Amino acid sequence: MYSEDRKFDIKLRPAEVDDLQKIIDLDTLVSGIEKKTYWEDRFDRLKSADSSHLIVAGSLDPKSPDEILGFIVGEVRAWEFGSRPCGWIFAIGVSPDYRVRGIGEKLFDAICESCKKDGANSIRTMIARRDQLNMSFFRAQGMMGGPFIELEKSLR
Amino acid sequence: MKLQKATQFGLYAVLELARDPSRQLSAIEIADKYGISSNHLAKVLRDLGRAGLVDAVRGAGGGYRFSSNSKRVTLMDVINIFEDIGSEASGTSDLGDGTDIGRALLVIRNEIDEITQATFGSITLDTLLKTMRWQRDVI
Ligand SMILES: CC(C)(COP(=O)(O)OP(=O)(O)OC[C@H]1O[C@@H](n2cnc3c(N)ncnc32)[C@H](O)[C@@H]1OP(=O)(O)O)[C@@H](O)C(=O)NCCC(=O)NCCS
Repeated sequence: MYSEDRKFDIKLRPAEVDDLQKIIDLDTLVSGIEKKTYWEDRFDRLKSADSSHLIVAGSLDPKSPDEILGFIVGEVRAWEFGSRPCGWIFAIGVSPDYRVRGIGEKLFDAICESCKKDGANSIRTMIARRDQLNMSFFRAQGMMGGPFIELEKSLR
Repeated sequence: MKLQKATQFGLYAVLELARDPSRQLSAIEIADKYGISSNHLAKVLRDLGRAGLVDAVRGAGGGYRFSSNSKRVTLMDVINIFEDIGSEASGTSDLGDGTDIGRALLVIRNEIDEITQATFGSITLDTLLKTMRWQRDVI
């Protein structure tokens, strides 16, 4: 479905049911928190909403054909917060052993392409202010401060 | 937000040199392009040299060349050479900061400072130059 990488052995493809546990494991490794229910919900949503995307970077190494080296998840949302149809990236993760080899960038390009096909003219995400790694990565993809500001209040 | 003159000149110089790392330019050439004082820029270039971002090329036709990694150096790294921006929490305190209104205002200033730091700290020289090219291609 997506083009294969020439520089490095990966294959971008939509996630399949069999990938669920591998994505949970990789996300746990990347974020330090296991979110089994979240990922189960995301997989359900893939079935119910065409505008929802979960793309994985699979290994092309014959020794580990089923390995997942990275993932990106997002969907096109419309009219929430008064916003026109826009792609949202909810999470991205690349296996620590395979970083800085262009996998994150390819996942980003693939989700942009998918969201564009779904009618989105822009793509957005939310990043912790102090998370310099993710912030630098997304900025390197050309993302900039958008027209919205996130506000929140403690409920304690 | 306003940056000091030296900071602004430092950003011009380092980005102009990083745009083509194989090229060497003199202080006068860069100053002419940006319409700024070459004396002031010469001092700024020495500061950038001490910080390891540019190399002075000696001899006739000498000048400066970019000598760092544009994919890892952020705008904040360059700014920090010249001034300390947005460090209200750790920096000097203003008169009245200890009062209830002073503290409430400080919270707001810190919010703004944190956004400023996150922005400058996440944009590498390479990202800025790349974004610039994309914007030019769109126009
Ligand atoms: C952010 C992340 C996805 C990047 O993946 P990656 O495959 O390493 O990224 P790429 O190799 O495609 O890098 C693309 C560009 O991003 C920038 N970048 C990536 N890693 C960087 C780093 N450590 N420092 C600075 N810039 C970086 C660079 O500009 C890079 O281009 P370059 O390789 O030409 O220098 C990966 O580091 C990751 O999984 N981080 C943890 C994610 C996370 O916390 N997820 C949970 C919340 S969503």
